[in-house]
Amino acid sequence: MTKQVEQLDRVIIRFAGDSGDGMQLTGDRFTQETAAFGNDLSTLPNFPAEIRAPAGTLPGVSSFQLHFADHDILTPGDAPDVLVAMNPAALKANLGDLPRGADLIVNTDEFTRRNLAKVGYAADPVEDGTLEEYRVHALPLTSMTVTALTGYEISKKDAERAKNMFALGLLSWLYHRPTEGTLAFLERKFAKKPEIMKANVAAFQAGWNYGETTEAFSVQYQVKPAEHAPGLYRNITGNVALAYGIVAAGQRSGLPVYLGSYPITPASDILHELSKHKRFGVRTFQAEDEIAAVGAALGASFGGSLGVTTTSGPGIALKSETIGLAVATELPLLVIDVQRSGPSTGMPTKTEQADLLQAMHGRNGEAPVPVIAPRSPSDCFDAALEAARIAVKYRTPVILLSDGYLANGSEPWKLPEVDTLPVIEPGFAAPGQEDFQPFARDPETLARPWAVPGTPGLEHRIGGLEKADGSGNISYDPANHDRMTRLRQAKVDGIAADIEPLAVDDPSGAARVLVLGWGGTFGAISAAVREVRAAGGLVAQAHLRHLNPFPANLEPVLRSYDRVVVPEINLGQLALLLRGRFLIDVISYNQVRGLPFKSEELAGVLRDVIDRD
Amino acid sequence: MTELLNGNGALSLVPKADGKQSLRDFKTDQEVRWCPGCGDYAILAAVQSFLPELGLRRENITFVSGIGCSSRFPYYMNTYGFHSIHGRAPAIATGLATSRPDLSVWVVTGDGDALSIGGNHLIHALRRNVNLKILLFNNRIYGLTKGQYSPTSETGKITKSTPMGSLDAPFNPLSLAIGAEGTFVARTIDSDRKHLQSVLRAAAQHRGTALVEIYQNCNIFNDGAFDPLKDPAVRDDITVRLEHGQPIVFGAEGQKALRRTPSGSFEVVATADVDPAEIAVHDAHHPDPSQAFALSRLDSPAFEHTPIGIFRDVDRPSYDELLREQVDEAVERQGPGDLAELLRSGDTWRI
Repeated sequence: MTKQVEQLDRVIIRFAGDSGDGMQLTGDRFTQETAAFGNDLSTLPNFPAEIRAPAGTLPGVSSFQLHFADHDILTPGDAPDVLVAMNPAALKANLGDLPRGADLIVNTDEFTRRNLAKVGYAADPVEDGTLEEYRVHALPLTSMTVTALTGYEISKKDAERAKNMFALGLLSWLYHRPTEGTLAFLERKFAKKPEIMKANVAAFQAGWNYGETTEAFSVQYQVKPAEHAPGLYRNITGNVALAYGIVAAGQRSGLPVYLGSYPITPASDILHELSKHKRFGVRTFQAEDEIAAVGAALGASFGGSLGVTTTSGPGIALKSETIGLAVATELPLLVIDVQRSGPSTGMPTKTEQADLLQAMHGRNGEAPVPVIAPRSPSDCFDAALEAARIAVKYRTPVILLSDGYLANGSEPWKLPEVDTLPVIEPGFAAPGQEDFQPFARDPETLARPWAVPGTPGLEHRIGGLEKADGSGNISYDPANHDRMTRLRQAKVDGIAADIEPLAVDDPSGAARVLVLGWGGTFGAISAAVREVRAAGGLVAQAHLRHLNPFPANLEPVLRSYDRVVVPEINLGQLALLLRGRFLIDVISYNQVRGLPFKSEELAGVLRDVIDRD
Repeated sequence: MTELLNGNGALSLVPKADGKQSLRDFKTDQEVRWCPGCGDYAILAAVQSFLPELGLRRENITFVSGIGCSSRFPYYMNTYGFHSIHGRAPAIATGLATSRPDLSVWVVTGDGDALSIGGNHLIHALRRNVNLKILLFNNRIYGLTKGQYSPTSETGKITKSTPMGSLDAPFNPLSLAIGAEGTFVARTIDSDRKHLQSVLRAAAQHRGTALVEIYQNCNIFNDGAFDPLKDPAVRDDITVRLEHGQPIVFGAEGQKALRRTPSGSFEVVATADVDPAEIAVHDAHHPDPSQAFALSRLDSPAFEHTPIGIFRDVDRPSYDELLREQVDEAVERQGPGDLAELLRSGDTWRI
């Protein structure tokens, strides 16, 4: 039958199901197809910390949201246009986010009395009118899959498990997605289980064919490719981009990379990724704990490697003493904190920006550390390179603040030309110096020499005890401690002259309100700014990458606006720093829901501030 | 003399010095700041006079320490040195040793540093068999914090923090190390330079982690802790000097011996009363650690009989070697890394 084809400029799809239903895989495959098709896109995986929460329960719901468009987009979207609910729990957990009129595809096979009761539905919402406001497509996805797989030599369980591929096939048809990537993927994934592979391919194709033949879907949608700058693209998550940035930092500095890490959500994927790249001379060490992980990284840095440690907030708390040691010994060290909801264990799989003050101040004594935050998944690559550049050039630990949203979210990334990436000069101390001074400083950077073991004539001892300026001997001299404390601070402060000034985006040039963000909120803030401007509002936008030191022009930028709004996914940590540093009373807007900001809400906040007298 | 296993395993990649070295080469200009009479002086002198024997380039030797009196050690060694933070020396040294096969890496630690705050790092370094030589100065007291009981203090110890006596059962560091899959486990005494150096010699050559417990006197807070082992009148009667391949006999006249009991432990017997075939023969290289463990259990706070020497010395690839092999294998199988190719991996599209 011929279907009507409707053009859309953007779509937000959310796949939701039980954590055993393969929703992350389904979402990831749809994303890859969408990327290959050339749409701009942004994703938001959302999954429980439990590996397999009891089946069919609300805590066990896993979802994957994808926003794709024919123009450039900035966020995974506030509210889905389409929800695929594989069971009653997935429906119940996600229905609240669904706007009226949205498409809803439910797998009726799972809407049994028992499953409904598990999540507190007294009656079947598909039939009792609860879903009246939506365009409901009630489909027996499981049984259709099992029927389609009759004749394959696989168990009933395996046949049922292929329902996510049926759903993927159906959605792929619905949105005109290319299928070659998924077919190739299935062949790779199940290369050792040919029957399972064939069954999954068949389920995928059955889903596609069902869309084409059924009357349940009268319309097929098209979202044209977006206009991207010419180049070679791939889709990338923040964690993989960080791992690649670290590999690149090793290549561009000539330093062997040494990662000391302890598994922790949501940072473990960086360890997984880097452990695959030993051919680059990358050594990965899964330590016995967070402290050993950073200790080994620092020990490797002492030996002339690019020492890196990756963790999340609770891990930073444990590593603090060693980061302080790196400050005292003035050795390069890259510390990556993929922030998650806290305090304590908090919500490990949910995002937050509440480690900023920990990164800034979470050490004993005066222990300044440069802090850098990427703004998007692909920006994690550049941020890692920049953090490594500063660590090596200034002989200092650097904390990079990513977050759970950037870590697992993805977007298309135009691959950089490797030759254009910054070169990092290790500048090791030359052998055979007379009267070597391990704490003599470069007059420009204030960095001390990096004299690695094995260099003849430079034998010296470093450590956590205060050292005499120059000689590096242990010193309890009051004046020396005062001088060394100020030197360490001045060294970090001086980095401000070596970083990009803060760029302000204000096309009108007439805005009186500035919105200033940092880190992973860039997409949501930018989308909100776009929305405000589209309605004629005037607002300027700036986004901080460097949190310590701040860019040199930050104060004049802030002072040139009547009001500054600072949205953060914490209770006002950057706002506190700005007020303390500049005595400027910024307007703090905060949420700590474990989720990224919704751009529509932020747009409302901006409009309110703009409209104030 | 203990037979060395895999003689060059640990040091084969460490460059050798051009000329002959002397004790003076390893001294620094720093004023040594231990209390007068501290056992650490003797250990320092023993190490400084032993290192020239290894003939390694001085710049390729690194001492890493934690916190405590003993951890000042690196400042007095004219090598590279890292005086780190409490308990963490094995972790920091692991990063150094596993990234630099051309270094001889030594860890200097104490009973509080290694067994209390740093216990986790110690046991994991041992099981991994990282190429580290760990010198554990055991004085059974916290010295630098001025006299609290330590994890090796005998139960009931009266100290500043335990006026009514400590309640904890102590660790036996060697039992712990053997239980943690240690491949080289030894004990020596600060005052017996010859024995100390013989143990260091074997430790230096060992492939992987060597743990050397050194009984060390703290003359301020725990003076005389090891006096029976130093008193010429009794020391020979209670010190069991372990020599690989030799029957385990001790006493001034060799009048005592060790015999294995059916339960696997050791008992002390009169040499004259038993069939020589029943006397245990020390086998430091036995793959099964139970004999070494049983020997470690002979020690007691009362010093009825205390084995010293190399309890266990077995061959197992070091973590460093295995890590290097994986890197080499990855390069061999996939070729050296190409960054542009890495970035392009996976699904890409051109616009």
